Amino acid sequence: MILDSKIPEGPLAEKWDKHKFNVKLVNPANKRKYDIIVVGTGLAGASAAATLAELGYNVKAFCYQDSPRRAHSIAAQGGINAAKNYQNDGDSVYRLFYDTIKGGDYRAREANVYRLAQVSVNIIDQCVAQGVPFAREYGGLLANRSFGGAQVSRTFYARGQTGQQLLLGAYSALNRQIAYGKVKMYPRTEMLDLVMVDGKARGIVTRHLITGKIESHSAHAVILATGGYGNVFFLSTNAMGSNTTAIWRAHKKGALFANPCFTQIHPTCIPVSGGYQSKLTLMSESLRNDGRVWVPKAVGDNRPADQIPEDERDYFLERKYPSFGNLVPRDVASRNAKLACDEGRGVGTTKLAVYLDFADAIKREGLEKISQKYGNLFDMYSKITGENPYEQPMRIYPAVHYTMGGLWVDYNLMTTVPGLYATGECNFSDHGANRLGASALMQGLADGYFVIPYTIGDYLAQNPTARVETSHPAFKEAEANVQADVNRLLSINGTRTVDDFHKALGHIMWDYCGMARNAEGLQFAKQEIRKLRDEFWRDVKILGTNEELNVTLEKAGRVADFLELGELMVEDALNRNESCGGHFREEYQTPENEALRDDENYTYVAAWEYTGPNQQPVLHKEELKFENVKLTQRSYK
Amino acid sequence: MAGNNPNSKPMNLTLKVWRQKNSKAAGNLETYQIKDISPEMSFLEMMDVLNEDLLLKGIDPVAFDHDCREGICGMCSLYINGRAHGPERGTTTCQLHMRKFSDGDTITIEPWRAGPFPVLKDLCTDRSALDRIQQAGGYISVNTGGVPDANEIPIPKTIADKAFDAATCIQCGACVAACKNGSAMLFTSAKVSQLAMLPQGQVERKTRVENMVAQMDKEGFGACTNIGSCAAECPVGISLENIAMLNREYIGASFTSENV
Repeated sequence: MILDSKIPEGPLAEKWDKHKFNVKLVNPANKRKYDIIVVGTGLAGASAAATLAELGYNVKAFCYQDSPRRAHSIAAQGGINAAKNYQNDGDSVYRLFYDTIKGGDYRAREANVYRLAQVSVNIIDQCVAQGVPFAREYGGLLANRSFGGAQVSRTFYARGQTGQQLLLGAYSALNRQIAYGKVKMYPRTEMLDLVMVDGKARGIVTRHLITGKIESHSAHAVILATGGYGNVFFLSTNAMGSNTTAIWRAHKKGALFANPCFTQIHPTCIPVSGGYQSKLTLMSESLRNDGRVWVPKAVGDNRPADQIPEDERDYFLERKYPSFGNLVPRDVASRNAKLACDEGRGVGTTKLAVYLDFADAIKREGLEKISQKYGNLFDMYSKITGENPYEQPMRIYPAVHYTMGGLWVDYNLMTTVPGLYATGECNFSDHGANRLGASALMQGLADGYFVIPYTIGDYLAQNPTARVETSHPAFKEAEANVQADVNRLLSINGTRTVDDFHKALGHIMWDYCGMARNAEGLQFAKQEIRKLRDEFWRDVKILGTNEELNVTLEKAGRVADFLELGELMVEDALNRNESCGGHFREEYQTPENEALRDDENYTYVAAWEYTGPNQQPVLHKEELKFENVKLTQRSYK
Repeated sequence: MAGNNPNSKPMNLTLKVWRQKNSKAAGNLETYQIKDISPEMSFLEMMDVLNEDLLLKGIDPVAFDHDCREGICGMCSLYINGRAHGPERGTTTCQLHMRKFSDGDTITIEPWRAGPFPVLKDLCTDRSALDRIQQAGGYISVNTGGVPDANEIPIPKTIADKAFDAATCIQCGACVAACKNGSAMLFTSAKVSQLAMLPQGQVERKTRVENMVAQMDKEGFGACTNIGSCAAECPVGISLENIAMLNREYIGASFTSENV
């Protein structure tokens, strides 16, 4: 298989415009003859569903939550990047492109990232027109703040709830189309299989989470916008229901999975407090604008923070990276927090935490100003920990937050299955080996509002309008397979709970495929995951039936997929004998413990092909060509 | 293991939980004993512990809605000891922590109680009526593309901040559950005032309030009698002022609207 990225010819800055002219169009009267399925209603899904319906296509949108507005984009806090240069501080499309490529440690496609930076400016216009209440200056114009990995202020925000406000904007556009009848919304419905007819994606099989009804839906194209797979680690900042099932089952039907091991560990999360912990809560990266990260200089210093004098504190990010300071990219900040804790200088009862201290900022700007900027985050912190961050420093530790890997897509966001698209976090395309803060919201909305509406037309225009009935044998076969999987799960009647298996998998992934990895550990993890998977299918305990709201059954299906994906992540991490971005192989580091890339051998996207249960996946490589940016060792010093 | 409070001791609790097989079945409160609950746990982590325990005993776990567990998605919706989202002000169920309870407590856990929110199973209810109110007009009718530059619409900071405050509603439905009339006025008013305050919302200002109120009534939500439990129990602090604004908008619209 040859991976054709379909990157348009020509100079970087002209590729997208040229491509938009070259793609085939579907005339307005014909658009209503095409049906499109959108799975997931976060930023990428809701924006795509609404925009495609506005264009005239018939859209069916699916989400597992009770309302499309609950998708986990809603929890994004800090902001959204856009190259508006409203601050007159030297930003431009090219700079946003450059920062993103560099931030991703040169493992993303130039053309995709440049397009992302180009359309970023349209996103802000669109959201404001929808009534999204971004933060403003007293003159009535939009405010910005800075984020990690950038030296300009290009992040637009709505207090600490930017994701919420952007998603509600997309949700309102979606609602308008639901009211018009152009979008049919299916909440509490989970996609369990992709259906292909004549080698093309033509529909999905779903299970209704209240009634258990297994049903087929047919369309001319399918868009997956189902988010990231961070919950493979059990503990992450993802929502409890976030899962890999839709993309994993599409992978098993032929869509290649790219860079699965590229995981983002976010540096500022509230530390784990006990074994019952069900999820981790992020404290927005925007806090690093004002908070200073430190640990005691001495190993084993158990004094409370306020009793450690200034000269016995190590502000390690400011010390090691004077030019970016506390605003180094996430992978760098996380790794340094881990190093400090590994050295025995961690704080709190578990010693797996570092301080994020606002005392100086409060002294400088006053309590009120700090509260205006971060009030809701400080409240959240104090609700969870019972501590007051205005009076004592926050304790933070890195946690799994985002997955840069995902389904391989070409420039049109189409996977290797014709007619199957992947947008937002569930594709691999724009963030390379490390995503910069405030870029996830940008990518989700770029894909949904401004990219897929053009590129999907190109595919549809070349395909007939004839519909496939759900009575087609391909649908019936997929339904039967889904039913058989459900029956198999329900028949095991073992002794261990689904959560128990999920936690065990999470431990393996965190210990061996987390912030630091090495070949020996990864080999071990691979064996352990296989053992765990066998045991799962022998000994998992699920009660009840399919024909009801059965939360355990839902979770079991998702964990079964995580148990397969986890192994692929380990495989990918083993294959990549270099360190880059969030992928840190201990064997490959500089004397200063920075990631050491191997550009000669690994400047490629690793796209994996599924070959069957317990079979070795096949690696396909898409070479990354850098024609505009020179590959250098990332330096934030 | 305590994260920060060395004096915190594990608690033993009695839970009275609403069990109902499906929307058609009759429900009842079941009593469960639960041991060794850490005060550092969130309320929903305590529910996870209960469910693991029930599962291993062969009892169907308790179904409850939840997702983000950080207070923003609006999915969690438990009626705890007679209060929507429990005893802590300005807090969703998922952000409520067990340190708010004491060893030996009995905790009663029920679903949202309101006619337009039928129980689906145990503690899960159907809140799609709220989505339908939004679909009736909770948007500005702009298509993607073809919009002015963001800074061409200057908005005074005070207005933008007030609009933001109204826009933070998480659509959990606690306002309805807390209201003796089962009214959705606070919910509906939050979106109406957000958009009525902003310049972008002016064009559809009148039809929006009319259509959203009409849908609210159609769904069977009760009338507002200005008691204010909704705002008192709202986990994100949506202000009663929004209801005043909704009334003003509605009356204004009914005098001047072309929708007659």
